[in-house]
Amino acid sequence: MIRTFATILMTFVASLVQAMPDIKILKTPAGTPAWLVEDHNIPFVALELRFIGGTAIEPMEKRGVTQFMIGLLEEGSGDMDAQAFSIAKDDLAASFSYGSYADVLTVSAKFLTENQDQAIELLRQSLVDPRFDADAIERVRAQIESGIKSQAKDPSDIASAAFNAEAYPNHPYGSDDLGILETIASVTAADIRQAHTTGLTRNRVLVAAVGDITADELVVLVDRLLQDLPVAGDIEMPTYVADTLSAGVKVIDFPTPQSTILFGHAGIPRKDDDFFAAYLLNHILGGSGFESRLMSEVREERGLTYGIGSFLASRQYGDLLMGQVATANDTVVETIDVITEEWRKIEDQGVTQAELDAAKKYLTGAYPLRFDGNGPIANILAGMQFQGLSPDYIQTRNDRVNAVTMEDIQRVAQRLFQPEKLRFIVVGQPEGLE
Amino acid sequence: MILRLFLSFCVGLTFVTASHAAIEDQVSEFMLDNGMQVVVIEDHRAPVVVHMVWYRAGAADETPGVSGVAHFLEHLLFKKTKILAAGELSRTVAENGGTDNAFTSYDYTAYYQRVAADRLPIMMQMEADRMVNLDLTEDDILVERDVIIEERNQRTETNPSALYREQANAALFQNHRYGVPVIGWRHEMSNLTLSDALAYYKQFYAPNNAVLIVAGDVVPDEVLSLAKSTYGKIPANPNLSDRKRPIEPPHFAPRRIEYVDERVSQPYVVRSYLAPERNSGDQRPAAALALLADILGDGQASVLQRKLQFETQEALYASASYLGVSLDTTSFAVYIVPSADVSLEDAEAALDRAIAEFMEEGVDDAQLDRLKTQYRAAGIYAQDSVNGLANAYGRALTSGLTLQDIHEWPDIIQSVTVEEIMTAARDVFDLNSSVTGWIRK
Repeated sequence: MIRTFATILMTFVASLVQAMPDIKILKTPAGTPAWLVEDHNIPFVALELRFIGGTAIEPMEKRGVTQFMIGLLEEGSGDMDAQAFSIAKDDLAASFSYGSYADVLTVSAKFLTENQDQAIELLRQSLVDPRFDADAIERVRAQIESGIKSQAKDPSDIASAAFNAEAYPNHPYGSDDLGILETIASVTAADIRQAHTTGLTRNRVLVAAVGDITADELVVLVDRLLQDLPVAGDIEMPTYVADTLSAGVKVIDFPTPQSTILFGHAGIPRKDDDFFAAYLLNHILGGSGFESRLMSEVREERGLTYGIGSFLASRQYGDLLMGQVATANDTVVETIDVITEEWRKIEDQGVTQAELDAAKKYLTGAYPLRFDGNGPIANILAGMQFQGLSPDYIQTRNDRVNAVTMEDIQRVAQRLFQPEKLRFIVVGQPEGLE
Repeated sequence: MILRLFLSFCVGLTFVTASHAAIEDQVSEFMLDNGMQVVVIEDHRAPVVVHMVWYRAGAADETPGVSGVAHFLEHLLFKKTKILAAGELSRTVAENGGTDNAFTSYDYTAYYQRVAADRLPIMMQMEADRMVNLDLTEDDILVERDVIIEERNQRTETNPSALYREQANAALFQNHRYGVPVIGWRHEMSNLTLSDALAYYKQFYAPNNAVLIVAGDVVPDEVLSLAKSTYGKIPANPNLSDRKRPIEPPHFAPRRIEYVDERVSQPYVVRSYLAPERNSGDQRPAAALALLADILGDGQASVLQRKLQFETQEALYASASYLGVSLDTTSFAVYIVPSADVSLEDAEAALDRAIAEFMEEGVDDAQLDRLKTQYRAAGIYAQDSVNGLANAYGRALTSGLTLQDIHEWPDIIQSVTVEEIMTAARDVFDLNSSVTGWIRK
């Protein structure tokens, strides 16, 4: 039995080494950068666009206008109304999805090789020539208003809104980019057109494609897709926000048997030299899976929650180390105590060599497993370009994780973890708290 | 102008051939001597494997009074066994860069790990171990029971739509255990004992009640030899019985629920009907219902969205849904989320009117062709996610279907006629076997 295992082990190890995708770095004739991984196994292409800027560059008195605009791209373009567009897309069996985030607008497309030209033409029409008809605007406005009202009754959304407002006062990150009822009511067709001209521009776009397409085909296709987009003028980007949170617990009353808790304090920038040490520390504290200290102490030992996790929210213009948990109203105080104690333990004692080794093994072992399909790989390539990483990052990333020493970890633990600064937002009806 | 016309002409007439190697070429099936089914799905694009064990046992196989025990046991399978310490399996997976988890539904309980392909042997050893070697203590029960109650709090008690669904299922199913929530009724969960969990474990966790699915960068013969040396060593459970569950009696009256919760911000109306599921060797009615749900509610040009969101603007959103993969009788649902100034009463009337119009007007041939095109393409897109394929096979194989049924499904979808869809619609829209819910504050 054991020999069988050993044989198979050797067969497979070899394939793992050569597994990472081969990225071609292209520039289209019009000058747009595009990364490509050719894979002709399945006859379709996954295409990702990233427009740098996002909802954070919209005027705050029109908060929500960018998402409003994005929501209208499939509601009519060229000479098609929403239904005609939907029918055309279904005929091609293509799928397009458009997303808006604080720092970036995203377009994810999947289309079959056999009709890629028509799919790209349809996608182009939605990006370049949206109609923004009055009836479509009102239809989407009603959907957004419903969404805003729903957020106001959702414990996680309530907690996020309160946390972000405290962490980022007078900053786009401090409010939800869906907008508020007042700003959404005030948005006009002209505002939406302005958001379109500012948001989707061909000099702030990044492209990644994976699948059944060659480099020659891709550059032509990308230029056709993007050439009619405007070129952006100068826009005012947000400023970096340092730590503004004050320590302590804030309770927001909400009628439910279980409280939702967000917690955290200042984090660390993605480009900081200590980022990988912080990344490992966060993994040990509250990373994914069942192994983290928080899962072990709060769930496995005490049964206080179904799930608890922490994460580094490192963004373009601000950074937080945050966590989330939900626990019964009568165990909120105990849960907050356990979390604070875990913070203190990391600050005082750091982590053990065994924990660091295990975290490195997990993070380095998990990395190649992310590259399993055209869709996921295209997403990773787009994300790397957005972060300003070079293609060889894929080859060096695990070395950077492994290069973190115990000394680095203990130093960064003291720099990053500040239990006396922890902020807790509790949404529910917790017992024993004001 | 001419170019425009030409382009739209092209778009309208495009025929998606979607010709590509069929998925069945990637799939192998074996049976171990002890009755364990083994399915291998090959995908050599990345050196990753998904290893799953699916038990043909879920919440609907529980005995009355211990609701939630199937899911409770799923949590307990991560505790100590005769060989592994508590948490050791997950820790081993993590140390190898993998992820693992488990899930429970009405008809199945499944455990999976996603790891580098060369780590498959150790995964199979550990999963085979906990199939029969669980070594639970009373302490495990106490802590983990608190965890599942917090899970119920998180999934259900804080979510008005989830609370409504519990009420609606309990009303829709008058005899079948699909009327009891998978997570369990709270009062029964808090009394679950070690012996409840072990009774379920001993009854259902056996190789002859399990399906092994290995998907990814593997060779079928090697998987088979590994399976023989791990799962193959476990004796079959001779006392395993057929999955005979209570069946629904005829229903004679429409049921209505008004679910009121101050946490509801957006009121809506949903109606669920009892509906036939996909049955082995007899999938045409289910295929017709799957297409019916798409015709009514999939995309902006679907019947309900066109009529209610665009033409009358009585709805912010309208849709339909059908869950065909199910061991027993399932449900078909239609929804309307009314516009701001439309009452729930008027919204329900609008939904009824739209469906009545559809029954008069029938299926638009062009729409049906488009849907069939999309199903063909979906078969191609699905191959990009070996994880998704493994899940789909596992669900089907534990819900009464065979590999042959799975592989015949795409052709059945393509061959469904307008008449079959309208017949399925007439049969399913029977108010006497329906529950209509108003969810509001």
